[in-house]
Amino acid sequence: MTRSIEQTIRHIEETALRMRRHILDMALKAGSHAAHLGGGLSIVDITATLYGAVMQHDATNPQWSERDRFILSKGHGVLGYYSALAEAGYLSREELMTFEEPETLLCGHPIMNRDKGIEFSNGSLGMGLSLGIGVALAGRRRKLDYRTFVLMGDGECNEGSVWEAAMAAAHYRLDHLVAIIDRNRLQQTGEGSTIMDLGDIAAKWRAFGWQTVEVDGHDIEALLRAFTAANASGLPLAVVADTVKGKGFAFSENNNDWHHGVLTRNNYDAAVIALEEALSDA
Amino acid sequence: MPDIQITKAKANLWSKLGSRATYGMAVLELSKEYEDLVVLTADTSTSAGLDRFRKSCPEKHVEVGIAEQNMVGIAAGLASEGLRVLTSTFAPFQTMRCCEQIRVNLGYMQHPVRMVGLASGVVLGPLGYTHCCVEDLSVMRSIPNITVLSPADCSETAKATAAVLAHDGPVYMRLTGATNSPVVYAEDYDFEIGRAVRLRDGDDVTLIATGMMVHESLRAADLLCEHGIDAAVLDMHTIKPIDRAAIAAACRASRLIVTVEEHNVVGGLGAAVAEVVATLRGAPPQLVLGLPDSFGKPKDYAQILADAGLTAASICEKTRHALQIQ
Repeated sequence: MTRSIEQTIRHIEETALRMRRHILDMALKAGSHAAHLGGGLSIVDITATLYGAVMQHDATNPQWSERDRFILSKGHGVLGYYSALAEAGYLSREELMTFEEPETLLCGHPIMNRDKGIEFSNGSLGMGLSLGIGVALAGRRRKLDYRTFVLMGDGECNEGSVWEAAMAAAHYRLDHLVAIIDRNRLQQTGEGSTIMDLGDIAAKWRAFGWQTVEVDGHDIEALLRAFTAANASGLPLAVVADTVKGKGFAFSENNNDWHHGVLTRNNYDAAVIALEEALSDA
Repeated sequence: MPDIQITKAKANLWSKLGSRATYGMAVLELSKEYEDLVVLTADTSTSAGLDRFRKSCPEKHVEVGIAEQNMVGIAAGLASEGLRVLTSTFAPFQTMRCCEQIRVNLGYMQHPVRMVGLASGVVLGPLGYTHCCVEDLSVMRSIPNITVLSPADCSETAKATAAVLAHDGPVYMRLTGATNSPVVYAEDYDFEIGRAVRLRDGDDVTLIATGMMVHESLRAADLLCEHGIDAAVLDMHTIKPIDRAAIAAACRASRLIVTVEEHNVVGGLGAAVAEVVATLRGAPPQLVLGLPDSFGKPKDYAQILADAGLTAASICEKTRHALQIQ
């Protein structure tokens, strides 16, 4: 059954609401271990869109050679990753609730587990795009048509290795490679502009030779259009997604205390009520 | 396993060309056996003797420019998709410039990338210590899951290249020595990762050496013989996993263990051997010979080795002294 674009958008929006509910429960479960709530929430609409309607993948055949690959280069964004994998059928709700428990599959940064849809281990910033280039070159060599999506933080773009990779992807004209920059403008200790100003980050990607688009990272329709528009440029695609760190909850939006924090019962209860209302409206 | 056979003629040719060119020739020869091979270079294809390979197999070569962190990441991405991946650049840049990429991608995730560190040790002494590498064994050895090799001569470089390509796991191979380097292996032999080669028997002392110091130790054993000291020599071409059985046997048979390496005395072969010796009841003492724990002045290769006492005569004298003070 093919969905209309409106139906697809509504489906992704509902998925994103359920993901935010998973995230609250995981963060509460993590308790005093704390969780990277802010950067997990800012990517939810992006991962919901990718897994819900963009990527070719099959949770019943996670190692399918022609699947599209997703790499969470900003490894601390796991809450927005595991919740998407759960909604896509790779992880059960029970597995999600083992988040940050001893010997869990679902650590505070992803640990490679291809049966569960986790393509690589990440956590050290600035490494995912290079991996994505290798994966994309392998696809070209094997004559497979899959796409590779690499999700990075804007703070992560402080790392020099990101720009080594940016240069190489354009050099090899990897038009099946997509870099997504989660432009939430906050990083661990504050505003990116005061810590290390990235300036016009889209212009930088363009200057490195990428086809570059800027979108509202919480506008599902805009994200869909950015990811699925025909790319005739022959160049890799950079999607600079303008996002809000902590998106979805009044207590966390644009509040950098939630970069890595302990979710309190009060915050949890208020957020759940707001989510339930949104879900019943949806 | 696709192997490379040593003949006297080949050994002589390789030794004239040096370990880097030998490595490149070995890759070219073995590339015919591996459809899935990819070789990455960081603007180092000529330095690695890979110019002919690059021209004859362009589809198997990826040039990443002067960007070692990116090279290791791309290599891991390719390896994760089942390709057989080699990377080559100068040893300090191959190991330390991209150390964390190696740790996460090859150590933690265990993507089977085979790294080759060129011109390691102090062969590039006249260029200064930016280009020398006296720490790679130590650094690579301390990362879990990485196999560390250090061939003794050009023949062993060719054999080890074949073994590395057949090996299913991350590896670091350290190449030492100049052109016109001495031959240890003039005939074919069995090379096995993790198994030291006993090149000479002897009842008094065992010299355990790696890289170019294997040949120097064989000569030192000849000198010791003139002094009535019977020295065994082991080629410890695999630093990790270290051949515990060979070390244990040496400890049972010898009054003294001497390790000899063209590497900092901290953390390399000497340390790897000592970690085993220390666990053996009644083991003999160990003399650790290597480069001093400092950055020296730019000098010729031979002069740096001589200053550090890494010559046959000096190895002989230090061994005799250590035996006398026992």
